[in-house]
Parts: sequence; structure tokens; C-alpha cells
Amino acid sequence: MIFALVGNQNSGKTTLFNQLTGSNQHVGNFPGVTVDSKSGFIRGYRDVEVVDLPGIYSIRAYSNEETVTRDFILNEKPDGIINIVDATNIERNLYLTLQLIELRIPMVLALNMMDEVRSNGGTVDIEMMSERLGIPVVPISAAKNEGIDELIRVAYETASKREIPKIYDFCSPGPIHRCIHAICHVIEDHAQSADIPLRFAASKLIEGDDADIISRLDLDKNELELIDHSIVEMEKEHGLDRNAALADMRYSFIESVCRGAVVKARESKEHLRSEKIDRVLTNKYAAIPIFFGVMLLIFYLTFNVIGKFLQDLLQSGIDAFSAVTDTALTTFGTNEIAKSLVIDGLFAGVGSVLSFLPIIVVLFFFLSVLEDTGYMARIAFVMDKALRKIGLSGRSIVPMLIGFGCTVPAVMATRTLSSDRDRKMTILLTPFMSCSAKIPIYAVFSAALFPDFAALVMIGLYIFGILVGVLAALLMNHSMYRGNPVPFVMELPNYRFPSAKTVAMLLWDKAKDFLTRAFTIIFFATLMIWFFSTFDIRMNPVESQQESILASIGALIAPIFTPLGFGDWRVSTSLITGFIAKESVISTLGILTSEPGGVTNAIAQLFTARSGLSFLVFTLLYTPCVAAVSAICRELKSKLKGIGVAVFQCVTAWIFAFIVYHIAGLIIG
Amino acid sequence: MTLDKLPIGSAGIITAVGGEGALRCRLLDMGLIPRTKVKVVKTAPLGDPVEIRLRDYELTIRLADAALIEISPVTDNNKDSAGGTAE
Ligand SMILES: Nc1nc2c(ncn2[C@@H]2O[C@H](COP(=O)(O)OP(=O)(O)OP(=O)(O)O)[C@@H](O)[C@H]2O)c(=O)[nH]1
Ligand SMILES: [Mg+2]
Repeated sequence: MIFALVGNQNSGKTTLFNQLTGSNQHVGNFPGVTVDSKSGFIRGYRDVEVVDLPGIYSIRAYSNEETVTRDFILNEKPDGIINIVDATNIERNLYLTLQLIELRIPMVLALNMMDEVRSNGGTVDIEMMSERLGIPVVPISAAKNEGIDELIRVAYETASKREIPKIYDFCSPGPIHRCIHAICHVIEDHAQSADIPLRFAASKLIEGDDADIISRLDLDKNELELIDHSIVEMEKEHGLDRNAALADMRYSFIESVCRGAVVKARESKEHLRSEKIDRVLTNKYAAIPIFFGVMLLIFYLTFNVIGKFLQDLLQSGIDAFSAVTDTALTTFGTNEIAKSLVIDGLFAGVGSVLSFLPIIVVLFFFLSVLEDTGYMARIAFVMDKALRKIGLSGRSIVPMLIGFGCTVPAVMATRTLSSDRDRKMTILLTPFMSCSAKIPIYAVFSAALFPDFAALVMIGLYIFGILVGVLAALLMNHSMYRGNPVPFVMELPNYRFPSAKTVAMLLWDKAKDFLTRAFTIIFFATLMIWFFSTFDIRMNPVESQQESILASIGALIAPIFTPLGFGDWRVSTSLITGFIAKESVISTLGILTSEPGGVTNAIAQLFTARSGLSFLVFTLLYTPCVAAVSAICRELKSKLKGIGVAVFQCVTAWIFAFIVYHIAGLIIG
Repeated sequence: MTLDKLPIGSAGIITAVGGEGALRCRLLDMGLIPRTKVKVVKTAPLGDPVEIRLRDYELTIRLADAALIEISPVTDNNKDSAGGTAE
């Protein structure tokens, strides 16, 4: 048995999904967090599957993530629909409910956020609503885990008895009523043979925006004319055009459902609180300085205070462990090559990356707080006009902010953008937002080469990345992606206190992710690098790495980087492994240099301030890692274009590194 | 009068929703239909978009899109009554 979770954006679908299945999907106080379907089994019911879907306001397919939901409910034909309605915003949420009812699928309404309604003194007469809507209604609070068992019971029962919604006629007598019934009459046989619910088909014909449904109905010219005629008649009589008339019908019905059944709270605490917070955060003068201040503070705290402190702690732990192991292996008289594998390979490689775990987790913590509190939606509101100047909309800022964490989810988050043009542009821009995997590179290099200005160099790199992104956007906006940005219609949810559990789960997820990467991909890359730098083609251990297999490969591409100031084969090799995972740049340099004093010392030997700066700019801008490139290919639906993006970035990186190298030459000499 | 001209803090009742295609459907879906009461809450720091309140929730739309919505202004003493349709 399969249930679909359907509801408006930000109504709590994913929160409910996590409660039902015990999984840990991303929840956030922002409309449009979920962009793909996700299925799981209800705890304790091994044969009952639920599918979490992106939020929609109406069964239409404007943006890609809405298409996911529309296609799922229309094509997969779930056994039941669990329609989640945000009880604090009941009228707009029920608008979708009415459309779902037309689908003739067993359905239960889960009235969510009842905790907020109750605490504000509002009430909902559940029985009356259920009666008037013709479907079971269960009050729940997904976040507080209230009413979930009852919901499962009712949903299971409704679906096993195949109880179709009892009411589906929402029109009161009048022109629109006559029109719908006339259309139903014409298309009845077509709808039946195409297996499309009759009322739903009629609505779609009136709205006329779902070409797929209309063509599946296979109507002939006469019938289409007949239908159009009755719609035009209705418009004349009604005074409203077809879309407005239909929306009006639905909202009128909703008002009649709510009248007497829903007693609204006079003032909602959450709303009052949001108003107060917004007086500051979206204040006419303060909003933009606050936004930049918040971002700076986040990076400052991450790199300099909390993250740094935890990292130093972890680093000394790893160093101590490495020293102990070294001594132990030496005392034990372990074979030199085996010892080199452990000390020069694993510790120098994976170890050099591992200590960045706290910094990355701290950064994700702040990004998730931005999202869970509801501030992210305000950033979109505040920055919309600025983004429009480069041809985007406020919504594009969300993938970009997520991009500071990781490019993969950021690229996926672009699905909420409703125009293809905005999506493509945003996808091209997110890699310029420096991802957290590059932090080890920046940190190690600035510590080695600019110890007095480390923080400045780090922040400068982030800003430089953004500036190049803006430049690229302006360029695209005036060349291949000419056109008008899409409308920006977005709900601003009330501020909420982030749930500790959600944040903790997210951090655990990110930490797990990082550790998995460190011990799989980076570990493997480390082994390869160690192997190829320790042996020559005849499998003899080399005297000096200069003779190794890797040196000969690295030397092949090194000349490309000579004009940028870092033509050493070890550096070019590290850039190649950086394509696998950005942290590998550091782990590779760690293995290939194996200087006493670690990778920091080695970098100080290998680079000058000038070539170091040029290298940092190159790593900031060059191709995203394999995982990100494949995500880009997926989202652009073309391997070629995805690879094109990677090449475009490499070229951009080369050019900017070249410029920086030469300007720095003039200044530092 | 159109919604973009409504001063901050005041309310109006929608009389017609213009525009076309996807944008218009989105506006209607969000509950911006004739007879609905809306209130302008604030404009963004750069002057655009605006934040409006209707049917007990906040929505942000751009001035250019707000200009598509015809309203008749109402005098409104009750601060937080921008919910539902005017009777
Ligand atoms: N007070 C309260 N908050 C809730 C409840 N359920 C969910 N929330 C909050 O509502 C917000 C949205 O929750 P999500 O589960 O991400 O909503 P969604 O429907 O999946 O949203 P999209 O994926 O963006 O469509 C989060 O901040 C949740 O913590 C509830 O029952 N009570
Ligand atoms: Mg979700």
C-alpha cells in the first residue's frame, strides 16, 4: 500500500514523513525545501509505504519540483493521499485539498500545526469539517508527534476500504456549475477511457494549462469547440474569466466549510513575534547591513572561534596519535614501506583532512539555523531587487547560500526556481560560492603563507568567488541567457525556533557524510597517490619521488600551471585529485611533500606568497568535484552541458589566477 | 487603484486580478482573488518587492506584479483583520 504525502509548501510534510518512517530527511522553515520524492515504510507497518513529495499550491506544473508531485499523484496512482494542511493557514491550504478531492483517490486530511492553533486559543470543529469536506480529518502536530498514530490508523482504514471522498461538487448553482456539468457531460466517455477522474479533467479543461491531460482525453474538434463555447458563455454570465471564476468557486466553498467550523485565534503569538523580529531584520535601513553582518559573523565564528577551537583540539589528538603510531611501528621494526604507507600515506593524507570536521559541521550548523528560523525566506525578500540586477530572483539566493555548504544539494535546490533560465543561471553560479570542502585548502595555505592575515585571506576568497559569480551572471544575462527574470511570489513563513532534534540530526548527517568521504573517497585517493608516488613503473620503490610514476604523469600537465606560478608536478597532481574531492588537494600535498612539520611547512617551502595567492584563486574557481559535476549534469539533463560547466570554470579559474599572479607580482614582487 | 499604489499599512479589497499565464494562476492559487482583503505590510529595503498579508499569511510579490491587481481601498481600524473574503 502506498500513500502520497501532499500539501502546500512548508506545511510540515517532511516533518510528518520523518515521524512516520523514522527517517531523517531535511526539514526547514522555508517554502520549497523538499525538491524530490522520497519513500519510506511506516514504522510498525512493513507493507505500508509513504512518499514525501515537494510542496505544491495547486496541481499544476510550473517548476520542476512541482512537476515531480503532479506526476507522482497523477501517474503513480497511490492507494491513498495524506493531505497535510497547515491549520494556521487553513483557507489557502484547503485550496489544494479541493483539487485533490477531484482525483477520486482515498484521502485523509491531516490538520497539522494544531499545537500553534490551540496555544493561540483557536479551535477547529474536526467533525464538522470532515462532514463538509467528505473526507476524514485528523488533527495532528507533526513536530510534537501528536495524533500520528490516529492518523496512521485512519489512513490505513480509508485506503483499505477504498473510501473515495464523498463530496466532489464544490459549485453552488450558477454559471460555473452549469459550465462544469456541461463539460463533464461532453467528456464523460473520454475521461473514462483515458482513466482520468471526470471532475478533475473538467477543471483542467477550464484552466486549460495541462496540455498532457487535455491531449490524453483525445477530444475531437467538435467537442473542443463545444467545451470552449460553454466556457465563454460562463465567463459572460459570471463576469469573471475562467481561471478567476474557478478560483473564486473554490475559495467560496472553502469559506463555507470554515464558517462555524474554524474559530481563528484573534492574534497569533507566532505572527506577533515575527512582526517584531521583522521590524529589525527587514528594516528599511538595517536589513542589508544585517544580512552581510550575519554572513560575516557566521564565517568569523566558524573559522576563527568555535570551529577553529574544536579543530585545534582534534588536530592535536590526531598528531599525538600519529606520533604514537610512528614510534610503535618503528619499535616493532615494521617494514619501511608498510610504515610509509601508514605514516606518509594515511596520516599525512586522511589525517590532514580529518581535523576539518568541526569547522565544516559548525558551518552547516549556521546554515541550517538560517533556514530553520525562517530568516532565509527574508533574505530572499530583501535581496530580490539586487539579484534582479544580475538577472535572477530572490529565490536564487537560497541555492547560493546552501552552496557555501556543499554544491550538490545547492544545485538540487535550484529546482524550486520556476523558469528554466533562472535555473540554468543559478546552477552555473552556485559553484562560485566556495563549498565547505575547500576550507582545508584555504586554511592550510593561509596558515602557511599569510599567518598574520589568515582570516582576511579566507574572507577575501569568499568575496572574490561571489564577485566572479556576479560578473559571470552579468555576462550571461547579456549574452546567452537574455530574458526577463521570473515573477517572485513567495510565502514568508512565521519565524520559528529551530527544533534541536532537527538541527542535531542534520549535523550528524553532515558529519557522517564527511567521515564517510574521508574514509572512502579521500582514503582511496590517498592510497593511490601513495602507491604511484612510492613505486616506479617496474614496481621498485623509488629513491626520490621524482622518479615515480606519478611524477611523470604530473609533469605532463604541470606546464599548464607554470604561467600561474605553480608548475611543480606535485601541485598539478593535487589539483587533479581535487577533482575527486576538494579536501584531497591538501591530503595529496601532504603525502607528496612529507616534510617534517607537516603539510603547512611543505607549502611554505613549495609556494611563495604570490604563487600561493594565485593557487588559492585557482582552487576557488576551478571545476567543482565529481559529485557536484554529476549533480549538475543531472539537473541540466545533459552530460555535455554539465561537463561544459566544469570546463568553463577551469578556464575562468586559469584566467583569474593568471591575472592575480601578475598583479600580485607588481605589488609583492 | 492598483495594489502597488496602496500605502504601507493600509488595506484594500481586490476587485480584479490581471496578468496572464503562469503568474496569474499562481496569484489566484495563493488566494489573491476578487473580494479578498489584502494589506500592505512593508516594502523591501531596496523598494521592491512588497510584503502583503491576506488570508492570515504573508506573501511577497514584486511591485510590477502588484500593479496587475486592482483594489478598492478600505479604511481599517482593526489591525489584523486581513483574513478571508470581505462579506
Ligand atoms: N509548531 C509546529 N511546527 C511544525 C509542525 N510541523 C512542522 N513544523 C515546522 O514547519 C516547518 C516546515 O516543515 P517541513 O516538514 O520542512 O515542511 P514541508 O511541508 O516538508 O515543506 P517543503 O518541503 O518546503 O514543501 C519546519 O520549521 C517545521 O519545524 C507542527 O506540528 N507544529
Ligand atoms: Mg519537505
